Amino acid sequence: MRALLSLAWASGWNRRGTLSLVALSIALSTLLLLSFERVRIDVRENFSHSVSGTDLVVGARTGSVQLMLYAVFRIGGATNNIRVASLEAVAAHRAVAWVVPLSLGDSHRGFPVLGTTPAYFERFRYGEKQPLKLAQGSPFSGELDGLYGAVLGAEVAHRLAYRLGDRVVLSHGSGTLPGSEHADKPFTVVGILAPTGTPVDRTLHISLQALEAIHLDWAAGTPMKGVAIPAEQARKFDLEPKQVTAALVGLKGRAAVFAVQRFVNEFEGEPLMAVLPGVALDELWNVVGVGEKLLLGLSALVALVSLAGLVATVLAGLNERRRELAVLRAVGAGPRHVLVLLAAEGLLVTLAGAALGVLASVALIAGAGPWVQSHYGVALNLSAPSASQGLLLAGVLAAGVLASLIPGLRAYRMSLADGLAPRA
Amino acid sequence: MIELKDLRFAWPRADRDCLAIDELQVASGQTLFVHGPSGCGKSTLLSLLAGVLLPREGTVSLAGRSWASLSAARRDAFRAEHVGYLFQQFNLLPWLNVIDNVLLGCRFSDSRAARATQRSGSPVAQARSLLQRVGLESGLWHRDARELSVGQQQRVAAARALIGAPEVVIADEPTSALDAALRDGFMAVLLGECRAAGSTLVFVSHDERLAARFDRAVSLPGLNRAEPQVGE
Repeated sequence: MRALLSLAWASGWNRRGTLSLVALSIALSTLLLLSFERVRIDVRENFSHSVSGTDLVVGARTGSVQLMLYAVFRIGGATNNIRVASLEAVAAHRAVAWVVPLSLGDSHRGFPVLGTTPAYFERFRYGEKQPLKLAQGSPFSGELDGLYGAVLGAEVAHRLAYRLGDRVVLSHGSGTLPGSEHADKPFTVVGILAPTGTPVDRTLHISLQALEAIHLDWAAGTPMKGVAIPAEQARKFDLEPKQVTAALVGLKGRAAVFAVQRFVNEFEGEPLMAVLPGVALDELWNVVGVGEKLLLGLSALVALVSLAGLVATVLAGLNERRRELAVLRAVGAGPRHVLVLLAAEGLLVTLAGAALGVLASVALIAGAGPWVQSHYGVALNLSAPSASQGLLLAGVLAAGVLASLIPGLRAYRMSLADGLAPRA
Repeated sequence: MIELKDLRFAWPRADRDCLAIDELQVASGQTLFVHGPSGCGKSTLLSLLAGVLLPREGTVSLAGRSWASLSAARRDAFRAEHVGYLFQQFNLLPWLNVIDNVLLGCRFSDSRAARATQRSGSPVAQARSLLQRVGLESGLWHRDARELSVGQQQRVAAARALIGAPEVVIADEPTSALDAALRDGFMAVLLGECRAAGSTLVFVSHDERLAARFDRAVSLPGLNRAEPQVGE
């Protein structure tokens, strides 16, 4: 067997030009499969790490996935707001420990602005129940003195090069329409959060009262004509919010979660809904899963195409090698040796390609990881291959073995038919 | 050493036998010249002798064993052990160097390797001494086989057929690609080495002038009682 393998190696080395091209294409499809799987796993992990320690997310009635997407991931928007009075009723439920209101809608240079209460910085947890930490400064106080204070997520500060004390002007809505800036009421950066690897990094946090203040002289999404309330005077108005977008709810004990959920869903004051973050994420994966399967299927097809290339290349060379097969038969190689020789050649190419693909995917993730994190907020892990990645790799190798058997069997039949008298 | 009895052979899908030989015996250590024009079934006969083909009827025995009594895998192993084979040309794997091509002769048989070790200390040592004796200069030994001239390749092929001293050497027109001067040198080397190793040699050629060098010469058309096939 070792003799055969070393012959296969020598024979393959002889055609290294063509075979290395085939190995390269196998490497590329391995790279595609592994990187896709890595991104898929890490995106899921990032999503599930985005919120923890929150028992329920409460919002207006909509899809539970949609509620999670806008309340936690700042993707999409709310169809309806909920009344603060309703939240107070929820907070009064005896099983509820805390309620943190969230108000979304404005932005700053593409980054979402979140209006909330100082409790957010104490209650919010991500990853393995890790609390938010301030890298610099402090949270906004919630008092009128520091009304226009903003706390920046790590990435907002990094990308826009903001430091404590810098001035920030918010835009109304997504900020794409001209003249939609809250230029009359600029904010001051009072705190910068440490990186979390979650959507928090991409968010600017201000107090609910400040959010009210900048919208005092706005109606229906535009500044009211002839009305301009200067920043200082705004403090004299009633800045208590009447409505918010959603709220995070923490319970005294997990056991009451379904009771509170039912309480919220059956709330009589207005139509509300409460979702369990874990359940909503599972629903999200069900939706996303279809697309993932499609992409995985396409990557698998690419791998099949490169293996077909391997089969075609080895088969194409086979006719010219009939004399070699006859020589091998003459020195005592059986047809089964010929089969092993050809299959081993294909297997060596597949192995080389797969190994190259693994290295390339490691290099890609090491090289592109920081860029992906800063542009898409997804932290890619440079860890040992996951079980599913191992399965994919095993799949490529197994398909390679099967594919290599095709030229092997052809050579087997050829050498049986030709014996010592090759027709070529 | 070699014994054919009542041999009948037809190719699959052929309606007539192409070989019908009642009897042929080659004694151990004998050198036999088989003469015949091209297309008379010489290569078929040699494939039968080497156990790559099996007769439709009758027996072909080598070193006391009938090929038909062995399984396909055993036939391959038996051939590796007892037979050295020489083609007309293209005897070598072009991508192996000269020494490795010679060693190919004992790669599929431990007993051939053991015999080579017994005679020269190691298979590589015997490969070197054989290459020296067939007159291939040592500067070429580590070149790939494809870089050699046809004459040089045939010498390497002879060394490969002779390594590990097989009982039988079968040669299928090994000189037809060589010019007269090279041919005479090659014949002297091949016959000399077979005699030195005590190997039985069956040598097939259309060139009758070579017959005088052998212990015995037969004509295949004279031996073959099958009707000549039209159009072959």
